[in-house]
Amino acid sequence: MRAVMDRIKQGEILVCDGAMGSLLMDRAKEQLQGTCPESINLSHPEIIEEIARLYIHAGADIIETNTFGGSPLKLGSYSLDDKTEEINRAAIMAAKKASNNEAYICASVGPSGKLLKPFGDTEPNEIYESFYRQINEIVDAGADMIMIETMTDLNEALLAVDATRDISSSIPVIASMTYESTPRGFFTIMGITIEAATKKIEDSGADIIGSNCGNGIEDLVLIAKEHKKHSNLPILIQANAGIPELKDGIPFYPETPEFMAEKCEELIAVGVSIIGGCCGTTPAHIKAIRNIVDLNR
Amino acid sequence: MDILQQISDQIDLGDDEKVHELTTIAIEQKIPVKQILDEGLLLGMNIIGQKFKEHEIFLPEVLMAAKAMNAGMELIKPLLLSDDIPMKAKVVIGTVRGDLHDIGKNLVGVMLKGAGFEIIDLGNDVTPEKFIKTAKTEGAQFIGMSALLTTTMPVMKEVVDQIRKENLEGKIKTLIGGAAVSRSYAEDIGATAYCYDGSNAVEYLNSIV
Repeated sequence: MRAVMDRIKQGEILVCDGAMGSLLMDRAKEQLQGTCPESINLSHPEIIEEIARLYIHAGADIIETNTFGGSPLKLGSYSLDDKTEEINRAAIMAAKKASNNEAYICASVGPSGKLLKPFGDTEPNEIYESFYRQINEIVDAGADMIMIETMTDLNEALLAVDATRDISSSIPVIASMTYESTPRGFFTIMGITIEAATKKIEDSGADIIGSNCGNGIEDLVLIAKEHKKHSNLPILIQANAGIPELKDGIPFYPETPEFMAEKCEELIAVGVSIIGGCCGTTPAHIKAIRNIVDLNR
Repeated sequence: MDILQQISDQIDLGDDEKVHELTTIAIEQKIPVKQILDEGLLLGMNIIGQKFKEHEIFLPEVLMAAKAMNAGMELIKPLLLSDDIPMKAKVVIGTVRGDLHDIGKNLVGVMLKGAGFEIIDLGNDVTPEKFIKTAKTEGAQFIGMSALLTTTMPVMKEVVDQIRKENLEGKIKTLIGGAAVSRSYAEDIGATAYCYDGSNAVEYLNSIV
């Protein structure tokens, strides 16, 4: 496969995968009782492989690994921190087996679950070291790129980018934040604006900037536009399938594959480089997005 | 300025040392503890909750305010006990069975802890049985449940139904929240309250405890 950054730089739009948790839940409900999703990497790697295949089959160029909560700080809440290396390696291996070199393996790195001082009780170096340990294994296991995602604290995101850059100067790094819409514009829950985040992330040495989760596709179109105003880096967008609604007492994610795909035209017009899905999205959503991206080639 | 007003203002500013100092003075002045709590500490936290709700401030300010409030709570807790005013409540929290999203739930935990509540965090993917068993054995008065997924929200109803079945309604109250949840859903399933975020949970619990 060609280097992913070359394709992006030449203006190609790449499709990333959709939600992991719901598919995992459908397949490993019992195995997940009382433990974290990442433990499935060790106990049932074949399930992780199957989910990756579903998304590759749907047309994803990039698949994310089941390592969102794979930092030792996060695994520690399940007393699995001593298995950090095995858990992360197993996820990369399962994804590699599924991809057979047809898709890029993008290792997901989510928040540590700790709050930095002075708001919480965790020192920056603890969070840095936690990310370092996770990402070091991920890079060694052969991931093609790193996706630092669903971040609301900019400092935490920057610590993860720093850790990545200290491990490898060349692996492509995506830094993706989660914003919410307020009457004064978009902010993370920690009060960070898109402008502030893009500036700092650009300086940090990340290759791709972006936003995932927290919103349906329409707000993420606005978020993408705001990114374009403040940064020249390639942009990644992964929207939720809307915000859940109730229908006859049964909750559902309102945004259909067709609706999301239609709105992707706007993301393409803004110049977004990677489009995927977050909570509530399925292989059907990714397939619909794939079609729209292909039509816009 | 009225010392209770000053306490409230310093919570708003997130200054835990000042709140500690002012609460000490208020106690020395023999202001009734309940009044220090209601008109000083809780007032300050309610103002913060309101500002958070209106997006005037963000989580850092709320967390600092919660810390500041706690600095005062530490001082009046022992006095509240001797005054026979009930202590702040114990809350069992968790993300419901089938749901692995715990970022929001963790924030709720941090904020409740900051506001002086005792928190037992069961993590994510928590079964109804575990919620209820823990609440019973720990003597918790509240179960706080979070769900992000539409597919997992019905687990909240299972917990509410089970509590009813065991005639524990008066003893264990249920608070629900999370991206997928709404006030109307809480009403539908008969949960005690819907809290749209951590500060709202603090506000609600403070208002009834």
